[in-house]
Amino acid sequence: MTVDQAAFLHVDHIGKRFGERQILSQVDITIERGEFVAIVGRSGCGKSTLLRLIAGLEQPTSGQISIDRDNKASSAAGADGRRSTRFLFQESRLLPWKSVLDNVRLGIPDKNRHTAREALAQVGLADREKEWPGILSGGQKQRVALARALASCPDLLLLDEPLGALDALTRIEMQQLIERLWIEQELTIVLVTHDVSEAVALADRVLLIEEGHIALDMRITLDRPRERDSGFAHFENQILGRLLQRDNRQPLPMVRQPNFCI
Amino acid sequence: MSSKSIAPPIQDQAALHAAGEHVVNRESGTSIASTRKRYSTDDNAFLRSPWLNRLLPFGLPLLLLIGWQLLTANGWIAGNILPTPVEVFRALIRLLGTGELVENIAVSTSRALSGFAIGGGLGFLLGVVNGISQLWEKISDSSIQMIRNIPHLSLIPLVIVWFGIGEEAKLFLVSLGVFFPVYLNTFHGIRSVDRGLVEMGKVYGLSRLALYTHIILPGALPSILVGIRYALGIMWLTLIVAETVAADAGIGYMAMNAREFMQMDVIVLSILLYALLGKLSDSMAKLLEKRWLRWNPVLSRK
Repeated sequence: MTVDQAAFLHVDHIGKRFGERQILSQVDITIERGEFVAIVGRSGCGKSTLLRLIAGLEQPTSGQISIDRDNKASSAAGADGRRSTRFLFQESRLLPWKSVLDNVRLGIPDKNRHTAREALAQVGLADREKEWPGILSGGQKQRVALARALASCPDLLLLDEPLGALDALTRIEMQQLIERLWIEQELTIVLVTHDVSEAVALADRVLLIEEGHIALDMRITLDRPRERDSGFAHFENQILGRLLQRDNRQPLPMVRQPNFCI
Repeated sequence: MSSKSIAPPIQDQAALHAAGEHVVNRESGTSIASTRKRYSTDDNAFLRSPWLNRLLPFGLPLLLLIGWQLLTANGWIAGNILPTPVEVFRALIRLLGTGELVENIAVSTSRALSGFAIGGGLGFLLGVVNGISQLWEKISDSSIQMIRNIPHLSLIPLVIVWFGIGEEAKLFLVSLGVFFPVYLNTFHGIRSVDRGLVEMGKVYGLSRLALYTHIILPGALPSILVGIRYALGIMWLTLIVAETVAADAGIGYMAMNAREFMQMDVIVLSILLYALLGKLSDSMAKLLEKRWLRWNPVLSRK
């Protein structure tokens, strides 16, 4: 990552509450163009909510989020050449009544078949374009969803635990695929995951959210492609340690007292 | 009845089976439906041979026919109680010859279809509107649920007073009967479309119209088709009753007319005709299901 890249995504003092429950409070994040950021945290810590806020699927209770796109693009919202935000859900969310190709075309503003085929080829599923999604495996479905997300050449890709439901091998394949496409397409990616090693394997920067705050912002300075060596383990342990720390600080339940006293 | 409660859509077993899991999930009947499906899809030798597969559905009717012929021709059942199949067949030829039969079938079919178009169309429209708009649901749903619980055939005396025995009476009854299954299943189908898919459509920048045409209506289609299949059954049922009670043409009229002269063969022929027409419309609905729901893994197997 280079220093002169401009800040791209600003999350400015974001707060979000659902009824009485404060999910996020005073969150500030600045993400640069082309950066790969992973957000980790326990389940229910608000990391998915943060991603949904960035995607515009939820409205923040306070603060604001701004994405700094090219001047001409931001002035003509909805124009053809506009680069956009795409979201990859935990489930593939393919339309079962559309063929694989038509599902990918859904993501393209001008519904161009050729572009859709190219996107499918990128994820290695060019030969499955006529199939119904119902007969694909979980990993293949998620690859089609990835093709759909990438077909419109987005500049910001938001991933909400997209690999959570896949088996270990498929997951590693998908991680490599995402990493390759990220490098090829100059994307900015925000990945939400509960899997610390996945975050370390993929991201330039790992943010840890705890009780609605950013508790840790760590740069992963490993070279790519990343090996799971001692450097890798170092980062992984540091983040895990921070994640579990809160538990350690709490006093252990009292050691059993003798039943009698003098 | 509270306006919040959604009555479960009407599902007969065959339609339930055909529409697959997409329709039945989240329903109270899930477990029964899914076990039924699992047991009914296991292939056995009969279903694997294409010829046997074709012929199997005709086996039981054929057996019944043979049994019927045996019972009546040997005099175990008197001719004035039940005519023999051969006599019924002769009546068929005779009535075909005079043109009476074709005319009566045409009258009945056009009544059935126009009633279905009116009632089904209204049911579909209202189902879509109420499925989309909470406000409209609040306004109209409790009234609809009340009317739904009136057996529509109990309105016959009222309808005869209103319309006499004219076409309107039959159209009204058929429309009313057909309306509810289509309405309920359309409404339920739209309400049970996967929210996740709708959300996906929004993130991917689909317009409101595209959201309906690409996601919501196709998602509701399996349920709508179940409603249509069920409505087709009700359509014939209502028409039979209405034509038998009050009509001056049609299959039901033909049967009632034959009763006056004790033409048992014509009466039985009319009943068989209804069975055939009902089967025909059901097959057509099934064909639609096959075409429109090709994507459904439960249906595309074969």
